[in-house]
Amino acid sequence: MVSIDGKEHSNSLIRVRNLNKVYRRGGETIEVLQGLNLDVERGEFVAFMGPSGSGKTTLLNLLGGLDTPTSGTVTVDGDEITNMSGRNLASWRARHVGFIFQMYNLIPVLTAFGNVELPLLLTKLSKAQRRQHVETALTLVGLDDRMRHYPRQLSGGQEQRVAIARAIVTDPTFLLCDEPTGDLDRKAAEEILDLLTELETNHGKTILLVTHDPLAAERADMVLHLDKGVLVEAAEAAAS
Amino acid sequence: MKYLPFIFRNLFRKKTRTILTIGSIAVALFLFGLLVTIETALNAGVDVAGVDRLIVRNKISLIMPLPLSYQERLRQIDNVSEATFATWFGAIYQEPKNFFPQFAIDTDTYRTVFPEYEITDQEWRSFLADQEGAVVGRVTADRFGWNVGDRIPLQGTIWTGTWEFNIRAIYDGESAGVDESQFWFQWKYLEERRQTSFGGGTVGWYTVKIDDPDHAVTVTRTIDERFANSAYETSTETEQAFAAGFAKQIGNIRMLILSIGAVVLFTLLLVTGNAMAMAVRERVPELGVLKTLGFGDRTILFLVLAESLVIALVGGSLGIGLAKLFTMGGDPTGGMLPVFYLSIGDIFLGAGIALFVGLAAGSIPALTAMNLRIVDALRRV
Repeated sequence: MVSIDGKEHSNSLIRVRNLNKVYRRGGETIEVLQGLNLDVERGEFVAFMGPSGSGKTTLLNLLGGLDTPTSGTVTVDGDEITNMSGRNLASWRARHVGFIFQMYNLIPVLTAFGNVELPLLLTKLSKAQRRQHVETALTLVGLDDRMRHYPRQLSGGQEQRVAIARAIVTDPTFLLCDEPTGDLDRKAAEEILDLLTELETNHGKTILLVTHDPLAAERADMVLHLDKGVLVEAAEAAAS
Repeated sequence: MKYLPFIFRNLFRKKTRTILTIGSIAVALFLFGLLVTIETALNAGVDVAGVDRLIVRNKISLIMPLPLSYQERLRQIDNVSEATFATWFGAIYQEPKNFFPQFAIDTDTYRTVFPEYEITDQEWRSFLADQEGAVVGRVTADRFGWNVGDRIPLQGTIWTGTWEFNIRAIYDGESAGVDESQFWFQWKYLEERRQTSFGGGTVGWYTVKIDDPDHAVTVTRTIDERFANSAYETSTETEQAFAAGFAKQIGNIRMLILSIGAVVLFTLLLVTGNAMAMAVRERVPELGVLKTLGFGDRTILFLVLAESLVIALVGGSLGIGLAKLFTMGGDPTGGMLPVFYLSIGDIFLGAGIALFVGLAAGSIPALTAMNLRIVDALRRV
């Protein structure tokens, strides 16, 4: 069960405690996240909503080990990532996190196969094993017939599905999705959301989704609102 | 190895830029290949000079002769194992531009002192048996299309008149640096014909073979002391010093070549460095994505450096390869650079320069890529 009260929960996969992030630009100090607590259990689908600049992407970056907090801790599956060195953090990301971005962020000179294979290059898998994993991931997202296509030869929805295949190919502990439908039309967005729902329900993936889209948020087990650096539950947010 | 396809894909992301960069490195390394070949050619005598040979010449000048009688007196000096002599002939074949060195040599001793010139025994005997016989180096023979048995007329400039010779032997150098452009004939033939003019009983210079290079200084001093206060005082030096002195007469070619080489290298660094910097700048968001996926800083450093190295090594190989092909065609000057070849050592030096250019030009962009903060890189999407 997702909670933001900061109390200890023995089943938490992701545990965030008293997380603060402060940016300093010139003489100005911006407190993006203020004392944030969060617990997410394995297999949960959590959506984060909030206005632009509310700190959603910053939170995602901190959960994914892309950025370091000013203070506070992030613990994932028993590993406290906030104290890890850059090298260990890179290795941890490769094993535990699958990232899905709004703009897909595929490498244009690589085919769909090459893009999905990228995270596997960091593993000790043989070429044949890598091929097998990539084919499985692309089949799962329904693109087994587009393996040799370059990103420029794919539609936006197909590109995002390749990005999802790349995110899941290493079977990470959890997925971080930053506005994955933000650049897609409604039909393609629905397909992507269907895919994410399937990953949660059929494959038990833990998913943390940042979105502006209420229809996307509806797919989540719980929707949390982030406003002025503080997390509140959706019902609470609606009441205020 | 598993990153190679990715590296090559990135290289051909901007085909024109990659090809132009490789081309500029190839041109620069081709130029380097030619420069070192010319430098080698100008210093050829120095490189192959025997460490156990001394040159004895007239103290006044190389063009002043020494008496024939010195040969026996040189042989009597301690640690001298043989003394041979030669005289510069300086004739013209058909027209002055067809230059090649011609020496009247002492046929009894010359081959013993200069074993690096390879001639078959049969041809050598044929040469000795014919007073008008001549031995010619492979390069000169090929240049003029001469074969054994041909009769060659030369127009004398020091000893005037037409001199005719029969080619009896063609020699090859035992290694790549040996001069194969020389033309030898019997000193006795010169001596016989010049009795009516001048120079009889003299030789141009002596080459003395010593039993141990360690004795070079002592023997040099002894020779010059032996002939001091005579009508023909001598100046003796090692063959290497003699050849180096000759090369220096042309000017400080090595310095000139090094200067040009340094400018070329610096320009190359700028061109390659700029290409790599542009490649990294354009790819900042992708580098951010790679880091997000778990590619470590060192892997990113390696990927960018590898691209730079591949460009430099492909360009370098192309340039050095073309230079090698060009030099295999032989002396392009028609006789001014008889020893014209690109040595294995210089090929490796060229490869080393390409490697250095790749590393140096790629290092700053690679470090920039390595130090990118993921959140900053992704913000540029």
